[in-house]
Amino acid sequence: MKKVIEVENLTKAFGRFKAVDQISFEVEKGEIFGFLGANGAGKTTAMRMLCGLSIPTSGKAIVAGYDIRTQPEMIKKNIGYMSQKFALYEDLSVAENIRFYAGIYQVPEIEIAPRTLELLNRLGLENEKDSLVKALPLGWKQKLAFSVAIFHHPGIVFLDEPTGGVDPVTRRQFWEMIYEATDSGITVFVTTHYMDEAEYCDRVSIMVDGKIAALDTPANLKKKFEANNMDEVFYRLARNASRKAD
Amino acid sequence: MISCKNISKKYKKVQALNDISFEVKPGEIFGLIGPDGAGKTSLFRILTTLILADEGFASVDGLDVVKDYKLIRERVGYMPGRFSLYQDLSVEENLNFFATVFNTTVEENYELVKDIYQQIEPFKTRKAGKLSGGMKQKLALSCALIHKPTVLFLDEPTTGVDPVSRKEFWGMLKNLQQQGITILVSTPYMDEASLCDRIALIQKGRFLTIDSPQKVADSFQKTLLSVSAENMSKLLTDLRAISEVESCFAFGDSHHITLKDPTSTHKQENWGPQKKNINDIDLTINNLKMMLEAKNHINVVIKKIKPGIEDCFMELSKNNL
Amino acid sequence: MKQFLSFVRKEFHHIFRDRTTMAILLILPVLMLLLFGYAINTEVKNSKIAVYDPSNDSYTRAIIEKMDASEYFSVVKMLKNEQEMSEQFKNGEVKMVIAFSENFHENLLHTGDAQIALIADATDPNSAKSVVNYATAIIAGYQMESQHLQQIPFQINTQIKLLYNPQMKGAYNFVPGVMGMILMLICAMMTSISIAREKEMGTMEVLLVSPVKPAMLIIAKTIPYFFLSLINLTTILLISVFVLGVPVVGSLFWLLVLSLVYIFVNLSLGLVISSVVNNQQTALLISGMVLMLPVIMLSGLMFPIENMPVFFQWISQLIPAKWYIIGVKKIMIKGLGFSAIIPQLTVLSGMAVLLVAISIKKFKYRLE
Repeated sequence: MKKVIEVENLTKAFGRFKAVDQISFEVEKGEIFGFLGANGAGKTTAMRMLCGLSIPTSGKAIVAGYDIRTQPEMIKKNIGYMSQKFALYEDLSVAENIRFYAGIYQVPEIEIAPRTLELLNRLGLENEKDSLVKALPLGWKQKLAFSVAIFHHPGIVFLDEPTGGVDPVTRRQFWEMIYEATDSGITVFVTTHYMDEAEYCDRVSIMVDGKIAALDTPANLKKKFEANNMDEVFYRLARNASRKAD
Repeated sequence: MISCKNISKKYKKVQALNDISFEVKPGEIFGLIGPDGAGKTSLFRILTTLILADEGFASVDGLDVVKDYKLIRERVGYMPGRFSLYQDLSVEENLNFFATVFNTTVEENYELVKDIYQQIEPFKTRKAGKLSGGMKQKLALSCALIHKPTVLFLDEPTTGVDPVSRKEFWGMLKNLQQQGITILVSTPYMDEASLCDRIALIQKGRFLTIDSPQKVADSFQKTLLSVSAENMSKLLTDLRAISEVESCFAFGDSHHITLKDPTSTHKQENWGPQKKNINDIDLTINNLKMMLEAKNHINVVIKKIKPGIEDCFMELSKNNL
Repeated sequence: MKQFLSFVRKEFHHIFRDRTTMAILLILPVLMLLLFGYAINTEVKNSKIAVYDPSNDSYTRAIIEKMDASEYFSVVKMLKNEQEMSEQFKNGEVKMVIAFSENFHENLLHTGDAQIALIADATDPNSAKSVVNYATAIIAGYQMESQHLQQIPFQINTQIKLLYNPQMKGAYNFVPGVMGMILMLICAMMTSISIAREKEMGTMEVLLVSPVKPAMLIIAKTIPYFFLSLINLTTILLISVFVLGVPVVGSLFWLLVLSLVYIFVNLSLGLVISSVVNNQQTALLISGMVLMLPVIMLSGLMFPIENMPVFFQWISQLIPAKWYIIGVKKIMIKGLGFSAIIPQLTVLSGMAVLLVAISIKKFKYRLE
């Protein structure tokens, strides 16, 4: 399988504090990779480095074929990003948001119209094309945000707690969209606090105190830790974390 | 301790709360479970005297939320959705400040917050803005408790907090309950429901049900099966294509399905007898397994399972569109 | 009382820990005074002028010399013909051209009909006006001198005396203006922003669901800014006396009283603003647009109120800064006593009472 993310001894230190401490892993094309960890374990810092937003202190990483140290601009062109906190402009309409993201990711002009139409059809949002995003229910917003994040057909999409606060039905519909995306070859890198969602991932890594404490398929992790579900796996690993205050 | 009768609240076009009635008994942990935008925060704000309901009557600790708002404010503890701390003040300064706001001192009620505060005490000179989610949550809880409230209102205290901190947090709530404090807590995480004495499932401003978590789960009428196989993604599509399957959703490592009432399907002769007993269900499971294996699924495991709160929520919310 | 003190302590923490903002607030008045004092100078100094002098006699040369010698002008070019004049202006090289009529001295002596044209670049009307005034004064001065020598009868002797500000220093005008502006900025803008921040962060929600009395919350919010504005007042006065050379002619006591009342007005103005806004951004915009602009445009700081259309003159009556600036000028520059500022004090006190009443009335003890 082709590797789309290759991380080797990646470290980020703030002064003497190592937020991310020599992590190494690989993600294959089309994989759903769950990136879990307690608050302050270093998830966000690691994700920022992978998105080309922050330069590592040491170690290296290749994302979508580009070096995060020397080619961050190329990485940004080839990835999609969606976070719960910020995804869409509330005061722009659905179509305007799509148009905006298509513009910043330089989607060819000729492709924008058909892709927009296809997106709206898939989400059943044809009639909401000109509604402001803030008028949409939260679940729709999140589905739209995800679709917009993969609008430019990136190789990898990074999802930072994409389903927070969404009702259970919508949460599942959201994951079904993720499955569809991976079927078309997109790699998904996702963080979540819902442990049942960790089960949907092909492989899961759990960060504790800046290091990767475990990395495997959910089934293997459960077997290894003799746990019934991912919640227990997580609890066993993160319970003894020394770094809780950060 | 808390009582609501026919509370309704409307913002411009949105009906935030629609005819809500419930009671919370003294010393109870009562959970409001529902997604964002269900109306949880509006209900909290009405009960903490921050906003007025359009209709209905509510009281807290026997005091009317409209007339006696000043008295209520003296005896309730409130932790709003976002941890409302002063980011530029240290842990210690935040706690001291909130203590004086409530005309008390940290020393006076230290016993109550001791267990919680001790966990963050090593960082007492750190600015609140630099704490992790779990630590902020503990500090905010300490601040809400410092005046020894009779009722504690916690609006989504565990949102965005990792599972370990969440577990610890619920442990703290149990301790507080033992000290006689009534707790009304809201959460979007369905798995936390079982930790409450009683829960209300809320969606779109309406209560779907109010009962103990056990009874809510027991009220689930249909047969619930969990299905797993090697290729989960394909399994989901295939299960949905089966006409007897009423609903099918991914639940972690398996899919949960409910079946249509056999009396209403045309193929009942293929689908086993109408009366449900253990043997019938075994028959159904076997049928289903064969159908799936016919579609090239391997390692198919089908089990009858007890519904969780999330199953109930999804089932009940179908009728609340 | 303990509750109140801890509130005030908290407010001071907020201010001291936000070092950037605090630095801006402390340095801003210094910066503004120095800017107005040195960079944005409306005084005329060494303005470049050109001269067209077809008669070129002893009298005109003397006037030109006198011009050039004065600190206001420097003659940069002698023009050969009238066409050159318009070129000079187009290039923007000179502020003014002085053109003498032909046979100037002879005409002056024999017919008494000698003419000087002062042609000024009025793209900046204020400086054009002053340039012309200075030039006129110099010419008149020279005329007087020469009359003494020649003993011509029936000559009107013009004497100009500039009251209160003999050197016509701009500082006399802008120091009171800057005082009015800075105090308003600190008190009104910062108070409204700091309350809006509590709403934005959600801490207001917790404070509301507590036995804290609204009045206490309000007063505690204003106290740190009150102190901060006193510090600024002191800096402004020190700089104006020792650096810009603008003395406090009248009573310092009444100047302080007037300032305190003005500070009070602005604090309550900040509270009124904070009761209608929900986030810091709007608070900033409202205080910027609704408070700063009128103070700059309509308080008499930049443009004389008497020259405004009646409508704006009316509006200017509503601006606290206008009353304060007039009052400060009366005490600081003119050295007048208490009786002179009674109207200003009365109006400002009235505004303070009204605004405090509104802000307490408008303070919401619920979220909506």
